[in-house]
Amino acid sequence: MEHASVPPLFNVAICGGTHGNELTGVYVVRELQKQKMEKVGSVSITTVETNPRAVAAGRRYTEMDLNRCFTDVLLSSPITESTPYELRRAQELNAQLGPKGSAEAVDLLIDLHNTTSNMGLCFIFYSLDWITLHIYKYIQNKMSSMPVRAIQLDIPISNAYSLESVGKHGFEVGPQPNGVVRADVFNMVKEAVDLTLAWLQEFSSGHTFEGGTVEAYTLVKSVDYPRDSAGKITAAIHQDLQDNDFKLLRSGDPIFLTFSGETLKYEGEDLYPFFVNECAYYEKKIAFHLAQKKTYSFPSICVKKD
Amino acid sequence: MQVDEPVLLPRLSRVAVCGGTHGNELSGVYLVREMLKTQKGKVDREPASVLMVLSNPRAMQQCRRYSDTDLNRCFTHATLKCLCPSGPISEGAPYEIFRSRELNAMLGPKGSRAAVDLICDLHNTTANMGLCFIAYSDCDWICLHIFKYLQKQMSDTPMRFIHFDVSNKESYSLDSIGKHGFAMEIGPQPHGCVKSNIYTAMKEGVEHMLNWVGCFNSGCVFEGGLVEVFTMVKNIDYPRDGETRNITATIHPHLQDRDFCLLQPGDPLFQTFSGETLTYKGNEPLYPFFINECAYYEKGIALSLARKKCVTVPSIWVQAEEEERTSERSFASEEEE
Repeated sequence: MEHASVPPLFNVAICGGTHGNELTGVYVVRELQKQKMEKVGSVSITTVETNPRAVAAGRRYTEMDLNRCFTDVLLSSPITESTPYELRRAQELNAQLGPKGSAEAVDLLIDLHNTTSNMGLCFIFYSLDWITLHIYKYIQNKMSSMPVRAIQLDIPISNAYSLESVGKHGFEVGPQPNGVVRADVFNMVKEAVDLTLAWLQEFSSGHTFEGGTVEAYTLVKSVDYPRDSAGKITAAIHQDLQDNDFKLLRSGDPIFLTFSGETLKYEGEDLYPFFVNECAYYEKKIAFHLAQKKTYSFPSICVKKD
Repeated sequence: MQVDEPVLLPRLSRVAVCGGTHGNELSGVYLVREMLKTQKGKVDREPASVLMVLSNPRAMQQCRRYSDTDLNRCFTHATLKCLCPSGPISEGAPYEIFRSRELNAMLGPKGSRAAVDLICDLHNTTANMGLCFIAYSDCDWICLHIFKYLQKQMSDTPMRFIHFDVSNKESYSLDSIGKHGFAMEIGPQPHGCVKSNIYTAMKEGVEHMLNWVGCFNSGCVFEGGLVEVFTMVKNIDYPRDGETRNITATIHPHLQDRDFCLLQPGDPLFQTFSGETLTYKGNEPLYPFFINECAYYEKGIALSLARKKCVTVPSIWVQAEEEERTSERSFASEEEE
């Protein structure tokens, strides 16, 4: 069986409140700060409440979506008086946790999010490298009573727009309505974070993790709501699709129910829907995303010894 | 009064259906928009005229609960008269204060003969409450009969009648402007989202309500009966940090989504972020609702608690026009006094 030795991981950043109304991350980060979680084994931990202004306002963002500010272009754009708060904040975070693409960047960045979609625990990655695949596999095995899935966004890292792209490896987790903290979701996310830290500790102390295969969903395209000439939506997600994230969608399956009661059907190749009825995506013109499912193999790994 | 003699009540000539009182409670927004679209050119729906109102357009445009202040707390007599009883509101006044006066002029004035006969104000909640009527009275036979009718027509939908025991003087919500009024609150739905099952339930509820009004006005006798009513007793806030006032716990997983399931003293109530369970310390079992309503964090409400009772609702029948004129004359002479 294939085996890879990988460089050690020295630091991890755990971030919450990137969207100010996605509350699980806010409270997980605060709890870790209360417990003075600064080190696990030889790995140092940084916890960051990334968008405090949006958290205080109880809104996703104040001027622009912070989690779209981390492309190379935006991170290097000059700051002027009219620069939105979130863009300034992105550059601050890049200085603190990056710079993105450099050797100084944190080894692992975990950004905690919630969604109104019924997605269970989801890891969203740009790059499926051995570290992220192993952590995902580890958590999936340990949290076997709940759905744990991986989504890959196939975007080159320079165009990668979200916070976790700043770290050398990164991911988002979570499901929950905006502005609400649910205990079951908090417990699930806290457990996933604790397991990640446990994995890091074991990895750092020389443990070999066995390779294997894992399924992940790769984003193919997005579908918007039907809209009228004024741009207002004219239908809601059909009840057969609502809450059925990751259930295969086939041509002819209902996807929308118009406000006057008509059913609209999907036409296209068989794909897996996710982010079905995510509240924050109405303004981004996304009713749901569609993905292909792929299987990835990865070798066993252990930390490279000098 | 004989047990089987119906109570005579005036016809409901003007009915208002309001959506978007909270701009991010979207089922009502889209339902009223849809009704406005299909009603184009047809002002009257015999035998009552139905007004469709989008109450808070600015909050709707921002997809937020409110722009400056909660519109649905602006309808007390005191706030409507405000600091300047007859003059204009100052420019710096919250948008919603200005809007509440407009709505009061359109649908009221509150407490006067000119007020609409019935207001149904459409709301959503993140709490798992099913379909709820929320009213200030437990003896407004119109509202109770509409509720009873909906229960029968929509027997698969969990439905409850909630009574807030607040005097007319202190009543603060939009529905208090009408001679009769109630909020139709449906959940769970995240704010800023529309879920088709919730939208559909609201649409059916409103259609049945309007059918009932039509039947009532046409002279149907509606037989009385028993209706279960939940009367609000108190609210419980989240445990909070003494300095920052940040919440330190959330609704316990055993209580989450269990609106209207009896909460007993000693039952789990909250789970702290460090994993500790806090229990309900009250001394009587009560029925929880509005469990984990997103908009109530800022109001200091984790959940509300109610007692349940049975109300005997009499049969009712629309008052004949002659009798209505007689009672109007006595209303007018009361007003003159």
